[in-house]
Amino acid sequence: MTTTTDDTQHDSHADDHHEHHIPYGITRWLYTTNHKDIGTLYLWFAFIMFLIGGAMAMVIRAELFQPGLQIVEPHFFNQMTTVHGLIMVFGAVMPAFTGLANWLIPMMIGAPDMALPRMNNWSFWILPFAFLILLSSLFLEGGGPAFGWTFYAPLSTTYSADSTALFVFAVHIMGASSIMGAINVIVTIFNMRAPGMTWMKMPLFVWTWLITAFLLIAVMPVLAGAVTMVLTDKFFGTSFFDAAGGGDPVMFQHIFWFFGHPEVYIMILPAFGIISAIIPTFARKRLFGYASMVYATASIALLSFIVWAHHMFTTGMPVAAELFFMFATMLISVPTGVKIFNWVATMWRGSMTFEVPMLFAIAFIVLFTIGGLSGLMLAIVPVDFQYHDTYFVVAHFHYVLVTGAIFSIMAAVYYWLPKWTGKMFHIGLAKWHFWCSLISVNVLFFPMHFVGLAGMPRRIPDYALQFADFNKWISIGGFAFGLSQLIFLVLLIKACKKQGEPVSAQVWEGAEGLEWEIPSPAPYHTFETPPVVK
Amino acid sequence: MSANPNQTKNNKLVLKLAAIVIGMFGFGFALVPLYDVLCDALGINGKPSDTASVYEAVEIDESRLITVDFITRTNTGMPWEFRSETRQVKVHPGQLNQVNFYVKNPAKTAIVGQAVPSISPGPAALYMNKTECFCFEQQTLKAGEELLMPMQFYVDPQLPEDITYFTLQYTLYNVTSNVTASADVVAMN
Repeated sequence: MTTTTDDTQHDSHADDHHEHHIPYGITRWLYTTNHKDIGTLYLWFAFIMFLIGGAMAMVIRAELFQPGLQIVEPHFFNQMTTVHGLIMVFGAVMPAFTGLANWLIPMMIGAPDMALPRMNNWSFWILPFAFLILLSSLFLEGGGPAFGWTFYAPLSTTYSADSTALFVFAVHIMGASSIMGAINVIVTIFNMRAPGMTWMKMPLFVWTWLITAFLLIAVMPVLAGAVTMVLTDKFFGTSFFDAAGGGDPVMFQHIFWFFGHPEVYIMILPAFGIISAIIPTFARKRLFGYASMVYATASIALLSFIVWAHHMFTTGMPVAAELFFMFATMLISVPTGVKIFNWVATMWRGSMTFEVPMLFAIAFIVLFTIGGLSGLMLAIVPVDFQYHDTYFVVAHFHYVLVTGAIFSIMAAVYYWLPKWTGKMFHIGLAKWHFWCSLISVNVLFFPMHFVGLAGMPRRIPDYALQFADFNKWISIGGFAFGLSQLIFLVLLIKACKKQGEPVSAQVWEGAEGLEWEIPSPAPYHTFETPPVVK
Repeated sequence: MSANPNQTKNNKLVLKLAAIVIGMFGFGFALVPLYDVLCDALGINGKPSDTASVYEAVEIDESRLITVDFITRTNTGMPWEFRSETRQVKVHPGQLNQVNFYVKNPAKTAIVGQAVPSISPGPAALYMNKTECFCFEQQTLKAGEELLMPMQFYVDPQLPEDITYFTLQYTLYNVTSNVTASADVVAMN
């Protein structure tokens, strides 16, 4: 009897036969081509990198707790600022977004998996090696990279340690990983949408990631070129950036920032998609201005290619060029403003509730706007001459990257985690995580505006006495923010152990979209037959 | 998987995207000559031409007098003494002038030097024509050797009216390590 039933079931589910053979053990993760597994790998990898990069930030803040040099050597301090930046940008924020893309894009567009699953496996598994190489260079004679994450020549050529070769190699691998990930996203979105999932029906997370993926394939190769030039200048006698041989160190900055500025949008556009998913759910209203969101994202992406020199106002550019880059930069605040306006308009007269993802999303809107505003101040040429290379800049980009990109990633994790595990996360811990992070992150980064305006330079292990009080508070905020993330770690471990209340398929009352129509936890294989999109 | 109807569609798109990636890698390198061409064309980098110009049939504009300053400096790791014999000249546009620069190698070994010019304000660089300059080639000085290096130039009469004063700075770099393979340096040491 039992056998018969099993057979019938097997026949009727011939297509789903994978379901019964979820691989297990280490090889499941090594050989996996499943978008959900790879998404999980990316997200855990990003979180580990976030903790490592965060530990480096703790070293930086411990040294800056008091004026004078007490804990680390200046050369080691420089390695910490450099590797902290590299890890957070390439190891934490970018892989976290790629992980979210892997988990969510196929479920959101009704595809069974990513278009290129084997390449997907590769693009993840080369990443740990890149960061192993980068981190191990810290233990070599002469130390690791100490020239800032921007690796300006001649710091990275004439004055760098021999480990620069490892840095270059690591960046090449990270770049290859990002490019493969981006190609995968584009091909998936172009070719694997369920019937009826037209372009303008795609969730904004899919749209923003599509545009991000195009930015990635456009600028990551330029970064690869820049590090290659640094490599050959340092080791093979070329003179791309060496004035003595006819090169030009300022040209390095042009090439780097031609990559670098689109790169900062790579780190924020997916965040816009996440916030555009969360706000409507908890305001219980449709997103205000869907089409304008799509066009605004595309305009931001296009404008990102013509503003790079605003990072270089003090290099002695002609006034005409400075004006051009100033106005182009300010122009970006228009589409960005459209987005902020749309989110606020979505919340306007909505039936709002404040679940944890919503708390992070609202914090994102407020704090990202503060970061955007200080960015606008930095865009003003004469003002930038005062602010350049001070803590004001540090305050600016940490508001957009920590309370912007990283808060959006946390919002996303809290929003979709119940869908992934099938259980509600520990809400009490999550609220502690949110409030501790929110308060400490502002104690950490807000006073940086003041010390920056007062002239405290960035990337220096010591400072003048008048900055001592502010720096003490900044460090206290830093330690508190660091500790707050351990709450998140505990919460995630509990979630992965499948502790918590079971959730429904929809999870959140107002949630809409294909990913909320499949059961929670999301089965190993979904949408093997395409869903019908209304 | 082989039955995937998207296979050919996917492969086509992947090839196109890979072409963009390769193209952008090339573009990164194309930025190098592009940067120089743009700076030359717009005169925005203070980089004068690194080839000799010919002085013939140039009309001298006696109505204007341009002040040209000379600054010399040596880069880190370059022990040479380096100065110009004249700190400042006043010239008519179109008039040919000569300024001598003195160098001495006080080190105990032969050193190869390369001077790199830079003009401020940048737009003047387009109008600074040098018929002869030590900066066009590298100099090799034996231990203790000294040398007087001539530089001949004229200011193009096309120089915009609003520029009446500019500065030419030479930075001298020690390029010995880049050319140690060359036989004469090895021989001198």
